[in-house]
Amino acid sequence: MLRFLATRFAGMLVVLAIVAVLVFVLTRAASGDPVSVLLGDQATAADIARVQKEYGLDKPLPVQFGYWLREVLQGNLGQSIFLQRPVAQALLERAEPTTLLSLMAVAIAALIGLPCGIVSAVLRGSWIDQLFTGVAMLGASIPSFWFGIVLIQLFAVSLGWFPVSGYGAPDAAFGERLHALMLPATVLGILNSALIIRFTRASMLDVLGEDYVRTARSKGLSETVVVLKHALRNALVPIVTVLGLTAALMIGGAVVTETVFGLPGVGSLVVNAVLRRDYPVIQGALLVIAGIYVLINFSIDLLYAVVDPRVKV
Amino acid sequence: MTTIRLPRMLRQLMHRRIVMVSALVLLVIAVLAIGAPLFAGADPNDTAVLERLKPPSAQHLLGTDELGRDMYARIVHGARYSLSIAALTALGSVLFGTLIGLVAGFFRRLDAPLMRVVDAMMSFPDILLAIALVAILGASLANVVLALVLVYTPRVARVVRASTLVVRELLFIEAVRALGVRTSRILWRHVLPNLLSPILVQVSFIFAYAILAEAGLSFLGVGMPPEIPTWGTMVAGSQQYADRAFWVVLFPGLAIILTALSLQVLGDGVRDLLDPKLKKAA
Repeated sequence: MLRFLATRFAGMLVVLAIVAVLVFVLTRAASGDPVSVLLGDQATAADIARVQKEYGLDKPLPVQFGYWLREVLQGNLGQSIFLQRPVAQALLERAEPTTLLSLMAVAIAALIGLPCGIVSAVLRGSWIDQLFTGVAMLGASIPSFWFGIVLIQLFAVSLGWFPVSGYGAPDAAFGERLHALMLPATVLGILNSALIIRFTRASMLDVLGEDYVRTARSKGLSETVVVLKHALRNALVPIVTVLGLTAALMIGGAVVTETVFGLPGVGSLVVNAVLRRDYPVIQGALLVIAGIYVLINFSIDLLYAVVDPRVKV
Repeated sequence: MTTIRLPRMLRQLMHRRIVMVSALVLLVIAVLAIGAPLFAGADPNDTAVLERLKPPSAQHLLGTDELGRDMYARIVHGARYSLSIAALTALGSVLFGTLIGLVAGFFRRLDAPLMRVVDAMMSFPDILLAIALVAILGASLANVVLALVLVYTPRVARVVRASTLVVRELLFIEAVRALGVRTSRILWRHVLPNLLSPILVQVSFIFAYAILAEAGLSFLGVGMPPEIPTWGTMVAGSQQYADRAFWVVLFPGLAIILTALSLQVLGDGVRDLLDPKLKKAA
């Protein structure tokens, strides 16, 4: 067990390190010379040289990467050029809508995806199965911004059930903010349920072919008990993995939906940073978002090992 | 593992009605895109102030947008951009992804280092990585393609690596190795042909994802420049008029959905043929 943990942990650190290198190289390639950005075009050559020395920018790139990484590990992601505040603070301010949105969307995706996927697998080949499979493929073909605009027109503009845009006033009650998230969460939930339907169906089909399911049936157990107790429990592990990773990918990956609904989330923070070339924000946000994904992925691996004794120890 | 040869596979595919319909739909869209100037009937950038936001009619089949431009002409011309970007993305990422996956799957020693990089790249949400890359590279058709290729290459690499791991353990690979066949020849002549089917599935799926991703990028304003009609820029440019003229948003969206859906049905059909476990009427 300990060796398994150690290997996985080492693997995670390697991936995190590569993520850090990728983010550093990408943003450094893009921003060009940060000093001229900092000093403006009035700076003399002597000024530039002084500031370069001060910030260690005269050192070779790997050394600069070291400096940057040391700061990052101390929680310092740099200073936003446009927002006049540390990147870490900007990210934290945007964390709430994104986290809530992602959790609500995954809940909706699971509520739709699990039952449909199970029914599809049990009634394999029936018209219901074909219908659900078709709907899943349709869901994976709809652009989120388009679906968002359509739902806004229907439920916000015409019916007035939800706000057209935004996250309520800054002092809005928690319930009001959740209300504002309902429509975007529905968009993401429905579109992502496509993946969950497919995955649940495949996972259930795998399990339904196992010997212990046949044994359970031959014991005379009702089909409901066999499917929901014997099969689903075993099929659930990979499904939960996908749900977890889907939630993780929505932090930052829900950027289009956040933009359509005018939500002040992490995704729209990055888009605005991109449009304004605010590289410290892009750098910090990419690092944190990918880091969270790697950590969640690692935690799921750990859970696997705890829950499923078959995972190699 | 049974290898299904291509001609037979195509024949079996066409037996399923839904797959055939999808193939036909794609063919029609492709023909319209290639012959856009012939079929469009109007210049996609001709503005006519008096014809603003006109509903679909005999003269404007799909209506006009906020500048009086013919929606049908713009969708047909948009198909050119959207489909070229997606096709190039699918080709590029499948090419590089197959190369990386093949090497990682076949040469044990390169497996871990290559796949850790793949893992790292896949820990960024697709659309976010694409946005960041386009921001860095600059918005142009070539750069949007390059960014999307970088986003989808790791995905293909993972699939190809997994299939390579299976194929490399097969008896006939051991046999050709024992015969002293060169490694490069083993990879090219014996391993790669057996990966053709999963690769084909990836082509169709990534084609579909790339259509959606390009539309998303253009919608956010970080993809194609707004004056070029792609299905994404059309929705982005006209969305504020959606309450008065639903067609400005509806039709480009339907074009995206129809294309992406057909591609996925096609990809799914190929996969069904290959994986007996997933076959509809097992």
